[in-house]
Amino acid sequence: MIGRHSYFRAVFLPRMAHNRFAVAGAIVVLLMLAVALLAPLIVRFGPNEINAWAVLEPPSLKHWFGTDDLGRDVFSRIIYGARISLLVGFAAAGIAVLIGTILGLTAGFYGGWIDNILMRIVDIMFCFPTFFLILAVITFLRPSIWYIMIVIGLTGWMGVARLVRAETLSIREMDYIMAARCIGCSDRRIIFRHILPNAASPALVAASLGIAGAILTESALSFLGIGVQPPTPSWGNILTSGKDYIEFAWWLSLFPGLAILVTVLAYNLLGEGIRDALDPRVKR
Amino acid sequence: MTRYLLKRILMLIPLMVGITLITFSVVHLAPGEPVEMQMAMNPKVGKEARERLRKFYGLDKPLHEQYFTWVGKLARLDLGRSFSSDNRPVKDKITERLPITLSLNIIALVLEFGLAIPIGILAATHRDTWLDKGITIFVFVGFAVPTFWLALLLMYLFGVKLNWLPISGLHTLGSDGYGMMRYIGDMARHLCMPILVASFGSLAGLSRYMRSSMLNVIRQDYITTARAKGLSERVVIYKHALRNALLPLITQAGLAIPGLIGGSVIFETIYAIPGMGQLFYQAVMSRDYPVVMGIVIIGALLTLIGNLVADVCYALADPRIREGRGAQ
Amino acid sequence: MSTVSRLRLLLPAIFLVINACTQSPSQPRIVGHDDKPAYGDTLVEGTIGDASTLIPLLATDSSSHAVAGLVYNGLVKYDKDLKIVGDLAESFDIAPDGLTITFHLRKGVKWHDGAPFTARDVLYTYQVTIDPKTPTAYAEDFKQVKSIAAPDDHTVRVIYGAPFAPALASWGNGILPAHLLEGKDITKSPLARAPVGTGPYRFKEWVAGQKIVLESNHDYFEGRPWIERYIYRIIPDTSTMYMELKAGAVDMMGLTPVQYARQTTGTDFTSLFNKYRYPSSSYVYLGYNLRHPLFRDKRIRQALTAAIDKDELIHGVLFGMGQKAVGPIAPGRWAYNPNVRDIAYDPKHAAELLAQAGWKEKNSDGILVKDGKPFSFTILTNQGNQQRLLTAQIIQQRLKFVGIDVKIRIVEWATFLKEFVDKGNFETVMLGWTTSPDPDMFDVWHSSKTNPGELNFIGYKNAEVDRLLVEGRSTFDMEKRKKAYFRIQDIMAEEQPYTFLYVPDALPAVSARIRGVKPAAAGIGYNQIKWYVPKAEQVY
Repeated sequence: MIGRHSYFRAVFLPRMAHNRFAVAGAIVVLLMLAVALLAPLIVRFGPNEINAWAVLEPPSLKHWFGTDDLGRDVFSRIIYGARISLLVGFAAAGIAVLIGTILGLTAGFYGGWIDNILMRIVDIMFCFPTFFLILAVITFLRPSIWYIMIVIGLTGWMGVARLVRAETLSIREMDYIMAARCIGCSDRRIIFRHILPNAASPALVAASLGIAGAILTESALSFLGIGVQPPTPSWGNILTSGKDYIEFAWWLSLFPGLAILVTVLAYNLLGEGIRDALDPRVKR
Repeated sequence: MTRYLLKRILMLIPLMVGITLITFSVVHLAPGEPVEMQMAMNPKVGKEARERLRKFYGLDKPLHEQYFTWVGKLARLDLGRSFSSDNRPVKDKITERLPITLSLNIIALVLEFGLAIPIGILAATHRDTWLDKGITIFVFVGFAVPTFWLALLLMYLFGVKLNWLPISGLHTLGSDGYGMMRYIGDMARHLCMPILVASFGSLAGLSRYMRSSMLNVIRQDYITTARAKGLSERVVIYKHALRNALLPLITQAGLAIPGLIGGSVIFETIYAIPGMGQLFYQAVMSRDYPVVMGIVIIGALLTLIGNLVADVCYALADPRIREGRGAQ
Repeated sequence: MSTVSRLRLLLPAIFLVINACTQSPSQPRIVGHDDKPAYGDTLVEGTIGDASTLIPLLATDSSSHAVAGLVYNGLVKYDKDLKIVGDLAESFDIAPDGLTITFHLRKGVKWHDGAPFTARDVLYTYQVTIDPKTPTAYAEDFKQVKSIAAPDDHTVRVIYGAPFAPALASWGNGILPAHLLEGKDITKSPLARAPVGTGPYRFKEWVAGQKIVLESNHDYFEGRPWIERYIYRIIPDTSTMYMELKAGAVDMMGLTPVQYARQTTGTDFTSLFNKYRYPSSSYVYLGYNLRHPLFRDKRIRQALTAAIDKDELIHGVLFGMGQKAVGPIAPGRWAYNPNVRDIAYDPKHAAELLAQAGWKEKNSDGILVKDGKPFSFTILTNQGNQQRLLTAQIIQQRLKFVGIDVKIRIVEWATFLKEFVDKGNFETVMLGWTTSPDPDMFDVWHSSKTNPGELNFIGYKNAEVDRLLVEGRSTFDMEKRKKAYFRIQDIMAEEQPYTFLYVPDALPAVSARIRGVKPAAAGIGYNQIKWYVPKAEQVY
């Protein structure tokens, strides 16, 4: 058995590096993070500087991406929007993966009636049309960024739970686990030190794909008016504010759309790359 | 087999209870009450009228009583009446729209599978070539595009600029006078864009899944044997590999069932298609609880049944399950 | 038509607004060839929401009223100059004491199912409206009626307890068919889905969620309408509707200011459509909760108005398609006081007023403080209205310049009313009122209407205004009424219970093939039955 750290360096990274798509994805992801963190340094105008006399101007040297319906600089809003979109993505995916992993480990490890109940809950949750649930809950509470993150997370943990459970089930039977039990390791120790690191791979993939999905969901919610509320910029609500002027103010549609597209694509490719890298069965 | 079926059917009951509980609690999270919507800013409706309406809808009773009343009605297939000013039975409103949503989604599903399978096969057989890479990118882009953006762009391109396809709705005005063929053709033209947009997203996942499933199968020993036997590549792929590669896809089809009823709110709104998604959105916005609960319940129950059916099909297809539980 | 101001949901796309004031009409496109009126063709109008019920008494949304308006008639209606004229009533007399109105009904009018229209229908409509079991919003005006009688089949005599100026206009409500509804529960009537009226168009079909089709009534008492069919297409998304308009699948829709000013200027649009522009009958305002300590001092309200640049709002939000609002009555209406002194945009003056009211020091963020507390409040507005959101954000920035911190909270409509407005649980709201041609605004400004759920939710109580409001509505003498309303506007300009922001223009676009559209004081919808399409250009 290779130790965890050397596995990462000796096996995982080279496999990832070999997959050009995954590398491209990783680069874009890091770029986006950098841009989001360094936002104040990159932009020339504040994202909320209203100028009612310069409404809906096309891209120019002054405003690289044009201005929106309040005269605000679109470039600045997209950069700051990256913060929001990424925040929503990370938080929502984080919640989903956290819940899913914990429940999956528990169900897989303890088995029996705990497993039964947890899996029934998973089945029930799977029956609901997810977007409808999100829509209803957010409308009924109120569209604050926190509720959005939590609700998207709470409706997305099921897939992770099933996958982690499956991994846990197979690992549970392995010899080294039995050995650990023999020497008297507590359940918790076994789960967290031995099973989790190896069962985590689907969780990682799910995290990456989850971030992508959460960004898309937020933009869909914005279209319906219940995403992140203005004046806080999010790619979804910038895109939505431009939908009535597609012909005329194309810059309001193009740039946020591209931002979403590229980011989501990157996370997807990254996630797929991780999956391929961790899967021993894939032919190399 | 029958034991398996029976067990699954028995399982339905606790699942349904769980579904009703969750639906009920979600709906009662809201601070705004439905009666308020109807009386929006109309002082003309006095206090007594409001109280009367509350009683009429049973909103004055404690929560758990409301829950049991509702479940009781549900068991009798009575979904109650809508809170909106037309006050129609929820069942009518849903059955009006369910066929459209279902048909749209089923056609989209068929299209998805119809396209994903060949794409997946192509990608698998031409692994790591430019074709594979190109397909991957195309398909991923499809998944990463926000649906409404794509919908609006396509609508603008094909509807306004090029004028090839109708922009929204299901029928052209005056189409009631058309003959059968022309009517169907007209409807097909209207559904072109919505279905395309609806299926584009899922195409990615499915074709990737197909691809990896194919790749897994091709690696198996019996494929190598088949090749060694001298069978043509074509026969190897399509006769032997494909059949086994398709099996996991049935599970995917099963997972797609919740999506069938949950018509997408977004493209129904954009394309003006009077489906379940739109009904749901309007009901949520106007706090029309009976309709919201009705749609969620019906959706969840149909999904449950759909899953059961899918599992049965899978069991029929895969003898390992049929013969009873394998190694735990 | 109810005389009392009703709050309307200003949805993202603007419906065709029927009443308005004078504005110079834009020139319709001149066409060369045969322009003679001809019967036939169809007019397709786009609407965002489906109607809920086609019985006008029970409906509160504009989609339902738009359709019901073509199917039903009232006893009276507004003509193009916003004067009340007879509709189902051939003529009417008001007794000198102002207490009795006698309507002389037209003879020979038939319901769409062939039954004759008589006074019995009027009596029934009155009774079902005031019936406490009927869930209607329009009972208030009829409740002022002391007695009503029909001496014969074609005369109706209404007696009021006291002179009530809005009375006449209240008889513009749609008259319902007694022979189909009397003795039955109106809320369960099939007429909600298949109305039967006396109007220029009869109901043909309603495909839920998709379209409502009306056909012209060939026996209409004013003459058969030229346009044979009227179709309302339900298109929930505004961008889709606009594209349908451009593609020719929708013939009429209300444009947004951006669309009007920037997107529809090319000849490819103007050759196919006529655009019209006239002041709408609504105004947008910022309402202050007068019970809140911050807003009790009128100097503060005046300062806030002085700190807001209304021109900037009209330029940025409306692209210039609107006018400043200085009071509750729009410019151009007969009751508008032209000498009202508006508070101009003057941030220095605003700072002075604020200082007088005790707000002198600023903290490190540049926000005014008094007794350690910063000057900060929230503007509450409802979701779904893009214009109000933009307006609120511009105001937020302007007020920041004078040291006031404004937060914006958007709340979904149902919660908005119940949790905030009804309970007086707000600091300021940004909303709009749709006003009727009659200037009576009792329900919005009288001190008796400040209870939860009523329209004077800011809590405005002024004894002089109360007296003037009563005066204004209890006489038919125009001069007396004018005096009262003029004085009310002066008082409000001084007190600024709202900061009245602007009156937006209505911006309908109509397919060029439709002739006969003549903008007037009442907008463009008043003569819809006279619109026609020349034979050569008919499409449907």
